[in-house]
Order: sequence, then structure tokens, then C-alpha cells
Amino acid sequence: MELVEAIILSVLAASTPLLIAATGELVTERAGVLNLGVEGMMIVGAACGFGGAWLTGSTIIGALCGIVAGTLLSLVFALMTLGLAVNQVATGLALTILGIGLSGLIGAGFVGEKITPAPHLHIPGLTDIPLVGRILFGEDAFVYLSLALVIAVWLFLYRTRAGLVLRACGDNHVSAHALGYPVLRIRMFAVMFGGACAGLAGAYLPLAYTPFFIPGMTAGRGWIALALVVFSSWLPGRLVIGAYLFGAVTILQLHAQGAGVGIPSQFMSALPYLATVVVLVLISRARTGGSTAPAALGTVFVPDR
Amino acid sequence: MRKILIAVTTVMLTAGASLFGASAAEKLKVGFIYLGPVGDFGWTYQHELARQALVKEFGDKIETTYLENVSEGPDAERSIEQLVRAGNKLIFTTSFGYMDPTLKVAKKYPNVHFEHATGFKRDKNMSIYNGRFYEGRYIQGIIAGKMSKAGVLGYIASFPIPEVIMGINATILGAQTVNPNIKVKIIWANTWFDPGKEADAAKALLDQGADVIMQHTDSPAAMQIASERSKLAFGQDSEMIKFGPTAQLTSIMDNWAPYYIDRVKAELDGKWESDDTWGGLKSKMVVMAPYTNMPDDVKKLAMDTEAAIIDGKLFPFKCPVIDQDGKTVECKGGDHLADGQVLGMNFYVKGIDDKIPGGK
Repeated sequence: MELVEAIILSVLAASTPLLIAATGELVTERAGVLNLGVEGMMIVGAACGFGGAWLTGSTIIGALCGIVAGTLLSLVFALMTLGLAVNQVATGLALTILGIGLSGLIGAGFVGEKITPAPHLHIPGLTDIPLVGRILFGEDAFVYLSLALVIAVWLFLYRTRAGLVLRACGDNHVSAHALGYPVLRIRMFAVMFGGACAGLAGAYLPLAYTPFFIPGMTAGRGWIALALVVFSSWLPGRLVIGAYLFGAVTILQLHAQGAGVGIPSQFMSALPYLATVVVLVLISRARTGGSTAPAALGTVFVPDR
Repeated sequence: MRKILIAVTTVMLTAGASLFGASAAEKLKVGFIYLGPVGDFGWTYQHELARQALVKEFGDKIETTYLENVSEGPDAERSIEQLVRAGNKLIFTTSFGYMDPTLKVAKKYPNVHFEHATGFKRDKNMSIYNGRFYEGRYIQGIIAGKMSKAGVLGYIASFPIPEVIMGINATILGAQTVNPNIKVKIIWANTWFDPGKEADAAKALLDQGADVIMQHTDSPAAMQIASERSKLAFGQDSEMIKFGPTAQLTSIMDNWAPYYIDRVKAELDGKWESDDTWGGLKSKMVVMAPYTNMPDDVKKLAMDTEAAIIDGKLFPFKCPVIDQDGKTVECKGGDHLADGQVLGMNFYVKGIDDKIPGGK
């Protein structure tokens, strides 16, 4: 049973950065903007987050640095795609390249340094409950934050007028514009939120997961977050399931190998991506009924003045 | 993605290189192709240290240029060729995957000399060099066998290629000399570098009862996890004691500087010849980090083993080597396996209760 507890703890930690980054991207895409630069914003968030924590010794300041860095980088994206109406796919890819290079530059000064990882919650009594105690009450703050974030986003999208307007921008920007909503400004805020989340998700890696910074340490997690948004068919609830599923497959395949289960590790490593493909197929088959991509996703909007 | 990035970096760096070329014509120009960033604290970092040693040794007699983050495969060819065009006369390509690209460029430019790390294809103007890291792994195995209370070792492997498999075998052979019943749990990360995944693998191994972690991946993540949980671990490629002051037992360090200095000297003297170098502890291409966090008797055993390997008295793959199925492996090197057999190793030795992924 201790092994089960250990596995669940590892899964929660592995899923958290995916969940945070994907939540941000979900809001961005719901507003009709496809930002493929998640990986770039994450790695810059990781570099700045580590830098902040290393200089000040504070995890919170580190996290804030990550958020600010991700937001600033997303503003570059917003300027290009919203301000200058450049192609979103190309800009997003360029943003990732920029981010990877930039993070190496920012991080060059503190490669090889280390920090104290983010503390884990400890409530005497509750955390000590066998089995569930550490899982429910013994995580680091990021894990709880990520879940709160998803709930907040769900409430915002489906229970507030502003959320409705944001979704309208993503589904039909012309109509939203005709109704007098500032489509570009709303999209800019959505892009910034996505950037902030990606930055925070990136910062989680050096602050809590592996407390040091190395160039390229996000190792493709931004791309997984993008896949997750599709996997969730743009629904926050499914995003949680998807993130933990991805995390679980990653961790379980390692345990399966250690235990000598005879499934080729290469196949296990590919499983999350196979699952995404399957979900994509299912979504496209259910085109008429189910909730699918925001209708205006990835299209450039230039208001006629 | 990565390719575009690399192309951009390459173009920028080569532009820089050619500018330099105009100002200093008679210096020997030495070029390097790196797989990762110079700050990876592992494989590429060690090559970079050796390059810096070159600069220190030869001063203004040479001029060095490096291209980092060059992905393996067709892109590498262009990068190598750009180094040639920038006037480099001796070029080190420092990863296995640069083998065919290097060979191709070498054929095209017979007057330029190439040095390729860890490969097996040579030419008149292309040398190969590699380290006998398995010698270090044998010592690590002995230490691990002594230090593991549970009798279970955790091994984070990268890809099922002979280089990695010989490392696992050497480790277990070493461990068996001090604990015949030693067990090893192997997790293939299917990557050289993903700190998060390496940390997860270390956690999984520890959760499953291993108490000494060894790795053939590049980041210090596993070391940190072991340290966090008060378990033991071995570093990889570089000194990693900073990440686990109470966890690191030792680390196999790649030390390319003596070889690089040798080769550049030969080139300067006009004596460069195509060669095949497989250096180990003896030639100091493989160096062990200080033995730490272990009792004195284990430390002494490790040092004695190291000395015996250096003196040529001890071979990690001494015959008889018995494979997993209980078959004795043909002994082609006298009293130990021949280099060719080690370089092409595709089986587990007896005592490993696992299967090579994709293997028979």
C-alpha cells in the first residue's frame, strides 16, 4: 500500500505543471487564439522562476518571477498576432524558439546552482493519516493551486458574463465585434493569462520538481500541455482528468519497468500521445454533437474601423 | 522545432566564426560540434571544459569555435561543413549521431582532419575516440554491492544501445564480486536528458525498494532525489556532489582534455594521423570523482580495483562471461572479452532479471 501512496504522490507532482500550463492555454484558445509557444513561455518561466528564487531564497518570489516572465513573453505574441495580425501558428512556433534561446541566456548565470525546494504542506494530525493523509494534505502549494485554478477558470467561463463574452470571441469574433465587444483586448487578456500560467508551470519545475535549472529542462512538457487542451476538447473538467491520466501513464510506465513488467518501454512512453490521437478521432467523429474546438480558433481578426 | 533553432544558432555562430577568420589567418583553427548546451552539466559540459583546456594550453597558437545544440542527423552535416568553410582544420564532432555526417564531410574535404567521439566509422582523415566508461561502472558496481543494504540497485538507463548495456553488465559484474545475490531494477527513460523524467524514474526505483541509484542519463535530478530521501547515488559525466553532498558515492567523469591536447599538438606538428582511441582509467580519459559517503574499507576496495584496472591486472569483462540464459560467451580476447565484443554488446549477463527492450 505504501507503494500505491508513493505512486499517487509522484503522479500528482508530474501532472501539476501540465495542468497549470494547459489551463492557461485552454483560456487562450477559448478566446480564439492558438498560441503554440507554451513550451517557450514555460522554459523562460523556469529560468526566471529559478533565478528569482535563487537570488531571494523565496519560492513565492520565484513563482511570481515565472508568472511575470511568461506574461511578458506572451505579450510579444499578442503584439504580433493581435496587433499586427501575423499568422498565429508561425508566431507561436517562433515564440518557442525565442523562449528556448532566451532561457539559456537568462539561466546561464545559475546553471549548477541549487535551491531549497518548495515546502510541502504539513497539518499535524491530518497529514499523518495513513494512506490518504499525505496525498490530500501533504502536497506542495502548487498542487492545490493548480486545482483551484481549474475551478476558477470553470466558474469564469461558464458562470460569468465575462466568460461568456470570452467564449463568444473564440467562436465568432465578427459577431462579438458587431455587438460592441473589444475582441482584440479580450483576446490580449486571454493570451496574457495563458502566458502567466505557462510561466508558472515552467517555474514549478525548478521550484518544486527538480530544484535546479538546466537549459531545456521543460523537455517538451509545453507540447504535452497543448495536446492536453485538445484531449480535453476544450473543457476544464476533462482537462483535470487528462492531466492526471498523462501523469499517471508517465509514472506507471516507469514503475512497470522497475517491476519487470514485459511491455516495451518505448510503447509505454508513446501511450499519452496515442491517447491524444484517439481522442482527436473520437471528437471529429462526434463533430455534430459534442463540444469541439472554438470555431474561430487560430483565425486572425482585423476589426474594420 | 529544435532544428530551426539550431539552424539559426549555427548561422549566427558561423557568421561570427568567419569574421574571426579574416583577422587571424595563420592560427590553427579548431572546431567543435556539441549535442547539448555547454551548460548541460553533463556530456557537452565536459567537452567544453576540454576545449577551454586547449585554449589555456596553446594560447594564441590556436583559435577555437564551437556550435552547440546541433541535433544529430542531416542537420549536423551542414553545421560541420560550415565549420570547414570557416577555415577550421581540425574538427571534433562530439556525439555518436554525428558519425555518418562527419564521414560524409570528411570524404568531401580530404585536407581537413576530423575527430569523432563514440562512433565506429573511420577514414584517412577521420579518427574516432571514446572512453571505456564501463571500467568506472565496474568500480561503481563493487561500491554499490557493498553499500546497498537492501541488495537492490536502481539503474536509470537511456537507450538500449551497446554503450548502455555494457555499462549495466559491468555494474552487475562488479556488484556480484561482493554480493552474489545482488538484484538490479532497470528503468529505461528513453531519453538522454529530461530532468523531470529522470527524477520520476529515481523515485520509482526508490519506491520499489532500491537504495542505491545509478544512471546513464545526463542530469543531476536523480542525484537530488536520492539525496532528498537520504539514499545513495552515483553521478554521471561530471562531478555532481553539489547536488547530493551526502548521497554521491563517486561519479564517472569524462576527461577529454589530455586527448584533445594530444591531437591538437599532433596537428600543429604536422603529425596528425587517423587513429582509433578507446581510452580508459589508465589514459585518464575516464576519471573517478573522489570516493565519498562510504566507509574506509569500501573506499579502499574501490581504490584497489581502480589501481588493478589501471595496471591491466583486472578486466571487468574477464572470462568466463555468462549471459542471462546461462550460456558462456565465447572468449575472443584471451582472458577477457575482445573490444569488438564489448562494443557490440547486446545481451545481459547472468543475474539480471529483466529483458532488453526490443531485444530477443
